[in-house]
Amino acid sequence: MHIPDGYLGPATCGVLYAVMLPIWAFASKIVKKTLRSRQVPMLAIAAAFSFVIMMFNVPIPGGTTGHAVGAVLAAILLGPWAACIAVTVALVVQALLFGDGGITAIGANCFNMAFVEVFVGYYIYKIISGHSSVISARRVIAAGIAGYVAINIAAFSAAVLFGIQPLLHRAASGESLYCPYGLNVAIPAMLGEHMLIFGWVEAIVTAMVIKYLQKQDPNILETAEEVIE
Amino acid sequence: MKTTTKLWIGLGIFILLSPLGLMLPELFKAGDAWGEWGTDGIKELIGYIPRGLEKLSSFWSAPMPDYAFKGWEEKGLTHLSFAYIISAVLGIIIITAVILLLGKFISKKED
Repeated sequence: MHIPDGYLGPATCGVLYAVMLPIWAFASKIVKKTLRSRQVPMLAIAAAFSFVIMMFNVPIPGGTTGHAVGAVLAAILLGPWAACIAVTVALVVQALLFGDGGITAIGANCFNMAFVEVFVGYYIYKIISGHSSVISARRVIAAGIAGYVAINIAAFSAAVLFGIQPLLHRAASGESLYCPYGLNVAIPAMLGEHMLIFGWVEAIVTAMVIKYLQKQDPNILETAEEVIE
Repeated sequence: MKTTTKLWIGLGIFILLSPLGLMLPELFKAGDAWGEWGTDGIKELIGYIPRGLEKLSSFWSAPMPDYAFKGWEEKGLTHLSFAYIISAVLGIIIITAVILLLGKFISKKED
């Protein structure tokens, strides 16, 4: 889901940077008011986890690869605004240091994975969890469903950005200038593979870590509940 | 042991296992992620390289492209796995440093 440089035209890249700037500014403001200094190590762990889980490329035999993002876990543990910052840091390091995701596409990639996935995942988790105890099985299921749905919505969002390029940019010869595939190809490809495989990876990873924390240290989950949205 | 310590150890295990993310795709003959093809890959798919894509694709030259050392593209899986682990360690050190620094500015004092 890391859109490289060259797949999105300048207009799309610019608009998504413009969308993300106020989100990053607002996230910093909210986090400054709500994140306790003792939660900062957890923020680092969430960002590091997101970074490393994205290195686990899962193959579709004979086809493409993909991976989990870990964004929903960060959202559950730290609230959506802090998670937005954690995943953004991971994505920026991936782009700058490892060329994973384009520099021109940082706005777009952060929009998909650090904003859309984080917020969709967070609210699905909240809605399904309701007022259940932090150590209830319902929370584990909620985490799994949130992971599955949120990464798929993020993949859909990425697919739309890919897919609108042929509509926006075309050379006089009819050749594409950026991503050559339209919505009719991008959406089924991106959504299909995430619904089939990568969504399940995100679901299992997210649910398993929550299950582990329920046993190991429910306090962390209690603290997470106090985070203001 | 503190939970955060345990989670760091867990991350260490993930780092050591990360080369699976290289080996499994190789084993199952899976290629690039959708939409993440290089210029050669896209030429193979559609017969030409879109002009804007070609121009922008070299916009940034990452110091460790694809989680490997520069010039290691042709090395074997063992070398690449080693580079992958080093990349994971480096990436996590940098991310942690950035977050701890940011955390000084964007967290509230203990209540």
